[in-house]
Amino acid sequence: MEAIDSIKSNYIRELLNNGAREDSRGPYDFRSIMIKTGVIEHAEGSAQVDLGATKVLAGVKLADGAPMADTPDQGTISMSAELLPLASADYEMGPPSPQSIELARVVDRGIRAGNCVALEDLILGEGKCWNVFVDIYILNYDGNLFDASELAAMAALMTTKVPKYEDEKVIREERVKDIKLNNIVTSSTFAKIGGHLVLDMNRNEENAADARLTIASDGNVVRAMQKGLNGGITVNEIDEMLDVAFKKHGELKSHLEKATNRSL
Amino acid sequence: MASKANKPELIVKGRRIDGRDFNELRPIKIEAGILKNADGSAYVEWGNNKILAAVYGPKEAMPKHIADPAKAIIKCRYAMAPFSSLAEHGRTGPNRRAIEISKVTKEVFENVVILSEFPNSEIDVFIEVLQGDGGTRAAGITAASVALANAGIFMRDLVYAVSAGRIEDKIVLDFNMIEDNYSEADMPMAIAPRNNEVLLLQMDGGLDRDQLKQAIGMVLEAGKEISRLQRQALKEDYSRVEESARGNK
Repeated sequence: MEAIDSIKSNYIRELLNNGAREDSRGPYDFRSIMIKTGVIEHAEGSAQVDLGATKVLAGVKLADGAPMADTPDQGTISMSAELLPLASADYEMGPPSPQSIELARVVDRGIRAGNCVALEDLILGEGKCWNVFVDIYILNYDGNLFDASELAAMAALMTTKVPKYEDEKVIREERVKDIKLNNIVTSSTFAKIGGHLVLDMNRNEENAADARLTIASDGNVVRAMQKGLNGGITVNEIDEMLDVAFKKHGELKSHLEKATNRSL
Repeated sequence: MASKANKPELIVKGRRIDGRDFNELRPIKIEAGILKNADGSAYVEWGNNKILAAVYGPKEAMPKHIADPAKAIIKCRYAMAPFSSLAEHGRTGPNRRAIEISKVTKEVFENVVILSEFPNSEIDVFIEVLQGDGGTRAAGITAASVALANAGIFMRDLVYAVSAGRIEDKIVLDFNMIEDNYSEADMPMAIAPRNNEVLLLQMDGGLDRDQLKQAIGMVLEAGKEISRLQRQALKEDYSRVEESARGNK
């Protein structure tokens, strides 16, 4: 860690000891959320999410392919995340880092476990189905990539249109229908910093964090969780974060519904 | 998760497919200090899982630019052998799933190892799944914990890990592979038993608030037995060392 980071971490800790945050938010406030859809016309679905200064772009492409051997009655969905070198001085070129793999897999788990995409609706015929690719591009890093990416992926899926499929050919110029969705999942990511819990950490808070917990839910049911960093959390803290995550889901869901003009 | 179309009956007459109760662990056997070259090692048989963990270090951190003058760094590799699964031949080395598991496992041990004791060093933790049958990350962490203690590395606690989840409306402990494939939720946890702090928590599927609470309770209860087996394995290894020392006199 650079010296400046540890100075900032101490500052963040001192602020929290006095019940304050760097940008004067309450402990369980999100930063401003901006969701823009249809930003990449060539993609079948796309969305850009700004969460404070964190900027994430998600694109969805559909390909005609084969189902997985153990789920012949369903289409497939796969997710990747790229921490682009242009997003932060800390990100380097090269193969996917463990951090980017974790990010993609956690976002994937929430959306998959929440049964968001109706995979059985993606069958095109015997041994043929749509393969849905969701690619998450981190454009600017200022903390909390998990929630920004979950929102971006969800918004991109909510605006995804299925291309025409005729005579075993994909006609990309014609998009015939919305992709069928069953559920909307959002996530709330918390940082534990010197014994204090905060929602939606910015970069400095993330540097100062001892532990991190992401809770993906649809408001009543937890769909995925992932703890990160080396600090411990208590069972009571999990309970408190769960409360907040369930409440925040409504807020995030209405952002998604407004931005995509689609509600579920 | 596999297709629901060919889902087997996972609970028959209040019993699980392998005959266990809902809160019952599979048989666990832990052996410490079984690899001569490693500074610490452990072998765990957990149901049909067969997992080898080894620790090398503390040693000089390499490459040198990653060394931290204030503390040791931990490197962790979790990987499944290509022949470890009943399904098809797997790929050699860590895949995306394994890279994620390696990352969260490393974070668990960064919590308990007293890193400041070993500045400029690295501690390598290797977890090789030789045969996998569900719950390999938990069994791997449980094994690696014993291997670290066996290496004599200073730790705040002896971490254990186990998963709980849901099959239909039942909260169930320690899934085997079939249960894992068809369950409604799975939640692996790693716990520091001295204060029950949660060091690893992953979950997917669906759990409501009460189910989550029940699952955590089940993990903490099972942890008592896992901790006991870990300590017993370490003691047995020490008594072997003692005996051979006496024999050499």
